[in-house]
This record gives sequence, C-alpha cells and structure tokens, in this order.
Amino acid sequence: MSLDRIFGIYTVTFLAVTILIGIGELAFGLPNRWIGWIFMALSLVIYIVIGVVTRTSNPDQYYVAGRGVPAFYNGMATGSDWMSAASFISMGGALSAQGFAGLAYVMGWTGGYLLLAVFLGPYLRQFGAYTIPDFLSARYGGNAARVIGVVAAIACSFTYLIAQVTGVGLIVSRFIGLDFNVGVFVGLLGVLFCSVLGGMRSVTWTQVAQYIILIISYLVPVVYLSWQLFSIPVPELTYGRLLQQNNVKAVEITRDAKEKETRALWKKDADDLNAKVKAGGLSEAEAEKLKAQAALAGRQATAPAASDDAKIGRYLTVPTGVGMWNFLALTFCLMVGTAGLPHILTRYYTTPSVRQARTSVAWSLFFIFLLYFTAPAYAAFARFAIYAKLVGTKLAELPRWVTLWQPAGLFDVVDKNGDGIVQWADFVVKSTDFVVLAMPEIAGLPFVITGLVMAGGLAAALSTADGLLLTIANAISHDLYYNVIDPSASLTKRLTITKVLLVVTALVAAWVATFRLSLIVELVAWAFSLAGASFFPALVMGIWWKRANKSGAVVGMIIGLGVTTYYMIGSRFYGVSWWGTQTIASAIFGLPAGFLAIWIVSLLTAPPPKAVQDLVVSVRYPKSGQATALSAQGIGLGQH
Amino acid sequence: MADLTERQKEDYWRYNVRLTTILLVIWFVVTYLVSGLWAGTLNQYSFLGFPLGYYMAAQGSLAIFVVEIAVYAYLMNRKDDEYGIREEA
Repeated sequence: MSLDRIFGIYTVTFLAVTILIGIGELAFGLPNRWIGWIFMALSLVIYIVIGVVTRTSNPDQYYVAGRGVPAFYNGMATGSDWMSAASFISMGGALSAQGFAGLAYVMGWTGGYLLLAVFLGPYLRQFGAYTIPDFLSARYGGNAARVIGVVAAIACSFTYLIAQVTGVGLIVSRFIGLDFNVGVFVGLLGVLFCSVLGGMRSVTWTQVAQYIILIISYLVPVVYLSWQLFSIPVPELTYGRLLQQNNVKAVEITRDAKEKETRALWKKDADDLNAKVKAGGLSEAEAEKLKAQAALAGRQATAPAASDDAKIGRYLTVPTGVGMWNFLALTFCLMVGTAGLPHILTRYYTTPSVRQARTSVAWSLFFIFLLYFTAPAYAAFARFAIYAKLVGTKLAELPRWVTLWQPAGLFDVVDKNGDGIVQWADFVVKSTDFVVLAMPEIAGLPFVITGLVMAGGLAAALSTADGLLLTIANAISHDLYYNVIDPSASLTKRLTITKVLLVVTALVAAWVATFRLSLIVELVAWAFSLAGASFFPALVMGIWWKRANKSGAVVGMIIGLGVTTYYMIGSRFYGVSWWGTQTIASAIFGLPAGFLAIWIVSLLTAPPPKAVQDLVVSVRYPKSGQATALSAQGIGLGQH
Repeated sequence: MADLTERQKEDYWRYNVRLTTILLVIWFVVTYLVSGLWAGTLNQYSFLGFPLGYYMAAQGSLAIFVVEIAVYAYLMNRKDDEYGIREEA
C-alpha cells in the first residue's frame, strides 16, 4: 500500500473516531473524563503500533530511516519534530499577552528555515553522515570538533527535552486527572516504544502521524469560531477585524472610570507588597513569594493602552529604541537557533537525495506555517472573548468557559472594587496557556473538541521529545562511544548501547521534570541561542569555506558557546547588560564572535588537507562526493 | 560530477550563490526592515482589516519565507536537470 493511502486512511479513521466520540458525548452523555482517557489511550496505541510495525536493527534504518523518506513526509515529520508543547499550547497565549513584540517568535521560528534551506540542508544531505557531530568530525578531521559538537548537542537538547516531558505531564494531569508524576511516565511509554524499537525509522513515521493529529486539533477550534463570528471559516483572514475592535475596546478600557478605580486598587496592592519586601526581615522564600504577588498586581494595574489619549493599545504598539533592538535581536537568535538545532538538521539526512532535501525544507516550512500563521488568530480571538464577552458582565452571570476553566487555576476573576461587574483588571491571568486550552469552550464547542486539543498537545510534546531523545542518545552512543571510545564495537553492541541510553535519558529527563523547576522555560529559550552560536557558524563555514580548518572550528565553537553562556548567565543572574539586550537573545554576541574566531584562527593556521578541500567543493554538486567516500582514504567517518 | 567541466562547475556554483544572495536580501528586508524597523510606520495603513505592519510580521513575512524556499528548491532542482546532475530519487 502506498504511503498516501496509509496516511489517508489513517486521517479519515481518526476523524471518524473523533466524530463517534462526539456522538457518544452529545447523544449518550459520555463523561468528560472518559473522553480524555479515550483520546489519550487512542493516541498512545497509534504511536506504539507504528513503533512495533517499523522496528529495525539495520543501522542505516536506525540512524537515518534508510535515507528513504520522501520530501513531503519528511516535511510533516520535521513539522511535528519542530513544533513542541510550547508552540502548540503556549504560543497563542504568549502572543495574546505580548502583542506585537511576541511576533518575534512567529517570525524567528519560521524564518530560520530559509537559512537552513540555502546554507545547510541540501549540503548536509550531500555530505551523507549520520549525526551532526559526525559531519563536524568528517569535515574538520579528528575528534575534537566532534566532542564539542556532542557537548553542544546535549546542552541544547536536554533542557528542551525536559520541557517536553513537563508538557506531557501537564496535559495528562489536566485532562484525565492522573497525578503529574504518573502522567510523565505514562507519556514516556509512547516515546520510548517507537524510538527504542526502530530509531529514526519509527520516529519518522510516528511524527507524521502526530503532525496530522496536531494540525487538525489546532485548526478546528479557531476555524469554527471564525465561522461563528464572521461566517468565513478562515480565522487567518478574519482576525484582522477583531484586532481593530479589540483596539477600540483597549482604548475605552484605559479611559473608563470604573476600570481606573480597579487599577488604582491593584496599584496600591503592588506598592504595599513592594514596601513589605523592602522593609526586610523576611525569609528568602517569603520575599520571593511577595515579589511574585507584587509583579502580578503590577500587571493588573497596567492599562491596555499607554495613556488616556492614546489611539492604539499596547497590543498593536510596535516597540521602539531598546525594545526594537531586543525584538530584532531575538528574532535573529531564534532564526539561527532554528537552523542550528541538531534534532532538526538530522531530519534532512533522511531524504533520498539532495533534490528531495531541498523540496523537503519547503514542505517543512509550509506545514509549520499552517500552525504559526494561525497562532496570532488564537491570541486575537481570546482577547475578543474577554473584551467583548467578559468585561462588563455581572459576576453572577459569567460566560460558561470562565466557570468551567476557573478551577484549573490558569486565570481568576476577582471583583476588586466590589461592584459586582467584571472589569478588565478583574481578570487575573496566571498562565496564558488558557488561550489555546479553553478555546473550544470559548467557541461553545462540545468537550470532544477539548479532548482533540489534548491529543494534539500530547502529539506536539511527544513528537519533539522523540526527536530530541534520539539526538541525545545518538550523540552519546554513536559519536562518543563508538567513534571516540571504542571504534571496534560491533553493530549489535552499538545498537544495544543506543537503546539503553534512550531509556536512561528518558528516565533522567522524567525525573528532572518531576521537580517542576521554573527555570525550565528559560532554559528552553536559551537552547536556541546555544545552538545558534555553537553549531551555526561551524556548519556554515564548514560547507561554504573550504579553507576553514579544525583549529578554527574548535576555537570558534568554544568562543561562540563561551560568549553566549557568559552573557546568558551574566545578564540573568549578575546584572550584566550590553545595550540592554535580553538574556534569551545572547547569541547576538556569541554568533558573530564564533564566525570571526573560525575565520581568524583558520587563516592563522595550516589549511585543511587537500582531500577535505576537494570534498567541500564537490559537495556543491549533487550526485558527487560524499563524506563516506573519504573513509577509504582513512579520514572521516570510519566504517558504517 | 565527473561529467561537469570546470567551466560548468563555475557557472553552476555562481548561479547558486547569486540565487542564495537574492533570497537572503529579501529575507533580511522582509524580517528586519518591513516587519521590524518600519512596522510602526506601516501600521498606519490597513490590509484586509489588519494594520499593515502587524500583518507583515504575523503572516506576510511567513508566507514570503515559504515561497522563497519553494522557489529555491524549484530553481536549483531545475538547474540540476540542466547540468545533468539530477539524482535518481
């Protein structure tokens, strides 16, 4: 059976099951908890079955899916590999809180694919290695560049993995009421089954299945809402009108006397709390708690527009000065990070040819685009639901979605001035995640759609976890153990080590996730800067400049990582500030430093051997030299 | 590649570099100028009911990236055919 048939039948079946569950809910009163269980069990069974069916012990299949994944499907797999729990659950909400400034994420996480398409993807495919550190070793010779690559790959992938595992735990605990810690381990089953049994081959086909679920579930609620409000089922077209309406409302709210009164009360709270912290004599934990409360009160006291005579609300205001610098710097860092993350780059090793690698990047971005250009619509629709449907209602007559989601603790409605009417400042947002999660209920859809969204969020988190887990395990087993420690290890031994590492890495990630460190979210944002500053310069120079040599690459990667880490830690914890740059945009310094270092050090030291230089040139032309050809001459990859 | 002459190799590569440069210039202008530095000014205009600057940052730039990559893949793959270095798969 052809792939199109298989995935066509799969999609239709999935939709049919969703409709059946819907009928069960509406006609027979299927309880919500059951719906949650059915969706979770259904998705896990799908992923486990794919894992079992595609199991393999052939190294080419295990590491790069036999280099047989067609461009279209590799595009889908990359899409779900790329879109994480953060993209699916958090981005819509983050945009609704940050407005224009948040669009740095939307642009950064898509624009990076252009860099990947023209600088890296096709050439890496032509080079034909197994992992990114593999490429570094083959191109620069020896193991120094490889080992730094391994360290960088683990540094950016592991924190990212913990965030996915945390996402799984949150979804499972929220929808089916399992304990967070149990939820984490249940979710891991779905990940481990396919990665352990079939490596990249299983992960690829599971990711395709996951993409289909995640994109359907992301689009359904907003498409329906757009249809409801405007009779046009294309939210991306209609939310422009909402932006205008929301803006008018934001200006009104800023001027409204009742709103001012409420904001003044919050302001007083914030001042009181800050005074208490300043007075001292509190334990550190207590001071932190008060500070957080003060920050929350401060947020509530902030009007949605800058002043009474402002014409546009903060939401649409384009930042200026340092704000604009940070917006541009963050966009840039997210772009180079996107093009430097190893779990994405390795996906382009799996296509059958350079030709398909090129087409595949285009498909990848198209599939990612479908979600990312919808995310700002989520933000606008949520704002509309609050501005138009919540603000001004009586406290006794709250909309249904508010009463349904209030117990989840993501937001709260408090009548600050006691007038029995909800003001904008009475709506206290604790986690903006509610925007995506509550959207089905905001649209008045049945719970089955909420279950679908849960399945989508789960798919997003698990698919990314799959890719990351494989990257980490391969970095340790293939690059570190096989290529550095024991090059004579047999194939069986290598695969066994990979499988053991997959399980161990997953367990460690789950264990770390159970601590619920608040720092995790920040660490993920850092991962992009780390990847951008370490991999991007070494890969681009390695492909585009034949004179780049080992010393240059090693020094460049260390300096790139060093400068970035210095600024990250310095700006986050020790008040270092260069032009007011925010900590998550640290690669804006590390990346140029890395490029410069590679350039200068390479020129100061001997050029790479002729065979390597010839290889770099030949990689420009499809159907020609691959790194594997070098192994015959005793340089490069060793035997595969 | 054995069949490519030095001259052909140069031409092929020059074409690739030129295409890459053009795409990157568009990428830069769209991201950092149109959707960044100029977005405030562009917001005075409206497009499909959106403020134009916001539209470009939220949708326009993304769509342009997709088109750029598709154009790159199409043109380079066609170039491969022209130079007889098309791969089987």
